[in-house]
Amino acid sequence: MAPSTEPVATASKPASGLREFWYYFSVNRGAVIGLTVFALLVLMAIFAPLIAPYSPDIQYRDALLKPPIWEAGSDPRFILGTDPVGRDMLSRLIHGARYSLFIGFFVVIGALFVGVILGVLAGYFRGWVDVAIMRVMDIILAFPSLLLALVLVAILGPGLFNAMIAIAIVLQPHFARLVRAAVMAEKNREYVTAAKLSGASHIRLMLITILPNCLGPIIVQATLSFSNAILDAAALGFLGMGAQPPTPEWGTMLATAREFILKAPWVVTFPGLAILITVLAINLIGDGLRDALDPKLKRS
Amino acid sequence: MAKGKDPHMLNYLLRRLALIVPTVIGISICAFAFVRVLPGDPILAMAGQHGVTPERYEILKEQFGYNLPIWQQYFDYLGSVLQGDFGISLATKRPVITEFLTLFPATIELALTAMFLAVIIGIPAGIFAAVKRGSWFDQATMGVALTGYSMPIFWWGLLLIIFFSGYLGWTPVSGRIALTFFLRPITGFMLVDTLLYGNWPAFVSALRHLILPAIVLGTIPLAVIARQTRSAMLEVLGEDYVRTARAKGLSPRRVVNIHALRNALIPVITTIGLQVGLLMGGAILTETIFTWPGVGKWMIDSIFKRDYVVVQSGLLIIALIVMAVNLAVDLLYAFINPRIRVQ
Amino acid sequence: MKLMKTLLAATAILALAAGAAQAKQLIYCSEASPAHFDPGPTTGGNDFDASAHTIYERLVEFAPGTTEVIPSMAESWDISEDGLEYTFHLRPGVKFHTEPYFTPTRDMNADDVIFSFERQWKEDNPWHAYLEGMTWDYFQGMDMPKYLASIEKIDDLTVKFTLTEPNSPMLANLAMQFASIVSKEYADQLEASGDMAAFSTQPVGTGPFQFVDYQLDTVIRYAAFPDYWDGKQPIDDLIFAITTDASVRAQRLLAGECDIMPYPAPADIETLKADDNLNVMESEGLNIGYISYNTTEPPFDNPDVRKALTMAIDKSAIIEAVYQGAGQDAKNLIPPTMWSYDEATPADVYDPEKAKEMLAAAGVTDLTTDLWAIPVSRPYNPNGQRVAELIQADWAAVGVTANIVTYEWTEYRERGKQPDRKGPFMIGWTGDNGDPDNFFATLFSCSAIGVSNYSSWCNEDFEAAIQDAKAISDPAERTALYTKAQEIFKAEEPAITLAHSRVFMPMKKTVLNYHMSPLGSHIFKGVDIQE
Repeated sequence: MAPSTEPVATASKPASGLREFWYYFSVNRGAVIGLTVFALLVLMAIFAPLIAPYSPDIQYRDALLKPPIWEAGSDPRFILGTDPVGRDMLSRLIHGARYSLFIGFFVVIGALFVGVILGVLAGYFRGWVDVAIMRVMDIILAFPSLLLALVLVAILGPGLFNAMIAIAIVLQPHFARLVRAAVMAEKNREYVTAAKLSGASHIRLMLITILPNCLGPIIVQATLSFSNAILDAAALGFLGMGAQPPTPEWGTMLATAREFILKAPWVVTFPGLAILITVLAINLIGDGLRDALDPKLKRS
Repeated sequence: MAKGKDPHMLNYLLRRLALIVPTVIGISICAFAFVRVLPGDPILAMAGQHGVTPERYEILKEQFGYNLPIWQQYFDYLGSVLQGDFGISLATKRPVITEFLTLFPATIELALTAMFLAVIIGIPAGIFAAVKRGSWFDQATMGVALTGYSMPIFWWGLLLIIFFSGYLGWTPVSGRIALTFFLRPITGFMLVDTLLYGNWPAFVSALRHLILPAIVLGTIPLAVIARQTRSAMLEVLGEDYVRTARAKGLSPRRVVNIHALRNALIPVITTIGLQVGLLMGGAILTETIFTWPGVGKWMIDSIFKRDYVVVQSGLLIIALIVMAVNLAVDLLYAFINPRIRVQ
Repeated sequence: MKLMKTLLAATAILALAAGAAQAKQLIYCSEASPAHFDPGPTTGGNDFDASAHTIYERLVEFAPGTTEVIPSMAESWDISEDGLEYTFHLRPGVKFHTEPYFTPTRDMNADDVIFSFERQWKEDNPWHAYLEGMTWDYFQGMDMPKYLASIEKIDDLTVKFTLTEPNSPMLANLAMQFASIVSKEYADQLEASGDMAAFSTQPVGTGPFQFVDYQLDTVIRYAAFPDYWDGKQPIDDLIFAITTDASVRAQRLLAGECDIMPYPAPADIETLKADDNLNVMESEGLNIGYISYNTTEPPFDNPDVRKALTMAIDKSAIIEAVYQGAGQDAKNLIPPTMWSYDEATPADVYDPEKAKEMLAAAGVTDLTTDLWAIPVSRPYNPNGQRVAELIQADWAAVGVTANIVTYEWTEYRERGKQPDRKGPFMIGWTGDNGDPDNFFATLFSCSAIGVSNYSSWCNEDFEAAIQDAKAISDPAERTALYTKAQEIFKAEEPAITLAHSRVFMPMKKTVLNYHMSPLGSHIFKGVDIQE
């Protein structure tokens, strides 16, 4: 990547940065829709046990593979039908939101934490620290991320938690690179020099003075990683290396239902749709954030 | 733009190449180490439902060198790799490099077609969206692009199969060409081979087999390229010289064609190059869904079969290729955008 | 320009080949790529289909659709009174395939037969380790080194096998794929040229089809062998289209991209049966899916606890949800199509109330145990995870908490073998040769503990019955002994016999004379296609 190194054009920071941010963000209709959908998903995840009509694990042995309610042969109890062992699809999808959002949060926080530390260290100290950290990042980035995640999960053993670790590992170099570039750009600005002259410590300089000024691109990258994490986790689940059944994780649900693609398309369709809607909502937010935080595009 | 003997360019090239050596060593250590810590046992993985006797187990362990100290195993491996020997597949007993070279053209053909689709649709769509900024076309295109960008492609592939192959019966379900055609590979690229043989029906068949997987694999790059083209174009359209050109009364089409497009495409080219690594990841999923006999499917099958030698060498080869392509893109970028070299 | 010329020449050759284009083709959507084409060291059913049943033949064969042993390369044989000497009279005039890489100068003879076994048997044979890290899995697994004393050539067309002790399954063993007859002349040619590995990639046999081409992971092509001893096959070309995913295979068959396919996903069978152009053949599989209790681990060392836990499982739900009708409740270890199957065994009943009582009577309360779920789909158990989920729910109803555990497949079996393994272990078996010994002794003999006796179960009476049955050859006497073994098994319940899966073979209605092999092989000898 060739991150743009042009000077940031904001002449003066208005006192109510947040209000300005919200002004630009809310101009973007897509972003607002995305945020609304996302908020609903979060609520759905939090209150899943209250909203879901049934427990996601209860097997109704008398209702295997029932179609959704609008199709012939459906069972009125199950609005979106049932899966091969008679569990309610709707309840499983609602509970699945918990997993996907949890995966997103965990992976982003993990990748962010490690990536930011490595990036700040590399960008601030340069020299051999920089060389060592960035070579390791290069090595990680040389492997196609899904392939690397697959191998890591194969090593750690299939499972949701291990999949999240693997995805966090393959996503964090992006943060490290971004933060390093931003730190390098900020490091020689006047306000940093001023802080340094007034005797601020390395840690203070790194974390309190420089880092908050690189926040914009980090937030945008975090949103991007959030959606990537959900997609990658679903892909791992689809390949049988992610969350293990009976976990109602959407990718895993899709994978275990794949054999029913001809006979019962709904068990394949709905989990995929759920993934698409979630990721789309997050990406809409991401676009809105970028527009609102990136002053260069704001101008045009 | 400076051409030919440019000391900066040479300097940049050398610097980049120097950085590569430790990365390559690191990649080889990773590939080697990953496989050592994989759970399971390579020797037992080879045996069938009857298992192996303990005596035989010891003999095999020695044959494969698994009894040697770990560092010695690594240097032995590195030594053979440097001589072009990537080991023998545990399952098929064929050289890994032979298998790779047999399957790689299928992946390349798929990836290039996907990229081709992404470029010929994505760039014009991005340009029009930028020029007609805010129009319904812009909004629709960007909406579709964002949806494509958010697509779980394994699901997308399944939907397309259900609809086009299952329901409409327009496209074949899987494979690279109808089996009635028996063409020994010349280049390994089905489209090229059928043309070299002058077999038109075979070419059409190959194309029909290629189209769905290429659409699936091309979806995300297409979305990325359309979005990137649009924003690059918007940026350039806002620059002073374009405004000047407009002010001078040049027709909008001329402004777009001559002035804006050339400059807007520079970042787009980089974007295309950077898709290569992602494409490889996408190929794993696409090839799995369409049972496309390429490198992605080969790798995942090998991970599941615990063909340790293939996993190790496959990872190494793929990482080296991705790295080489990224390097080429960087150099190309440096070549067309001189600012980067001096930094 | 030179390239252009080569291309033109190549095109001309192919145009010639296309001239004979009205050839009858049979396209088989196979389930996996073969490792290679030497049936000796390979182990997978897909490996055998691609080599042993097309290119190669054996001294004796299983008659189409049965496990009855019939003549093949051997026209006839004599077995001595003491059961120690087997003399085979070979069929004269059997030709090996002529290939671009090999032209045979002689017919198949005793040298080929002896070579075919000695390469697997004698460690000093130059072909014993001609591929890196190879093992002769089946030759070892069927205990051939233990039973073989010598193989001698009497004359060009007579071979004598001498055994160390009587072994009634021996003849059936010789009909198994590992015992395929390969060409010594071809081996010598390769040894001289130094390219021994080609033996596994460019095969030469005597079978009904000869090898034409293999494109890795894509397609294998065979042609009917014109000089086949039993006459040329009705079809001209046999094509294996490798399609690993079961639902994709079904879609290919529905779309007409192939003529016949193995192992449909249970979920697709209804759709396939409903299609007017297709015919779905089915037969009972020679297999068993079961769950081994560790009989040395309390409380599973108590037969009453084992029986109670079995009783708590709703097997019919498992058969419906997992096997989806493609399976039948297993009451014995061996499948019903196998001789000596004990019809008198009562079927397992599902009675959670009584199970609870029995557990209470045995003093078992608040039992928490691991439950091992098989990590891969096998013919005898299409989805171990789903079976585990169902059992987990059933056991919860009688107050038993089961934690599902699973590992990578090799690791899974390795850990399962440990005598101190905790919890019931899901596993299964597919018959090798149609002999009951291949189930009873292989899976539950005392000597199989730590190998494939996952129950660590060693019962004196059971052991005596199955060892006696192995040494005698009279089927009636053997049946009586195996019936006794089945009674003991049921009384002791060392394992839950879950199900025998039914095997389906969907094909176009135009495919004629296909016989389903009870041993799970896919054999295209004699198959024709209606035009």
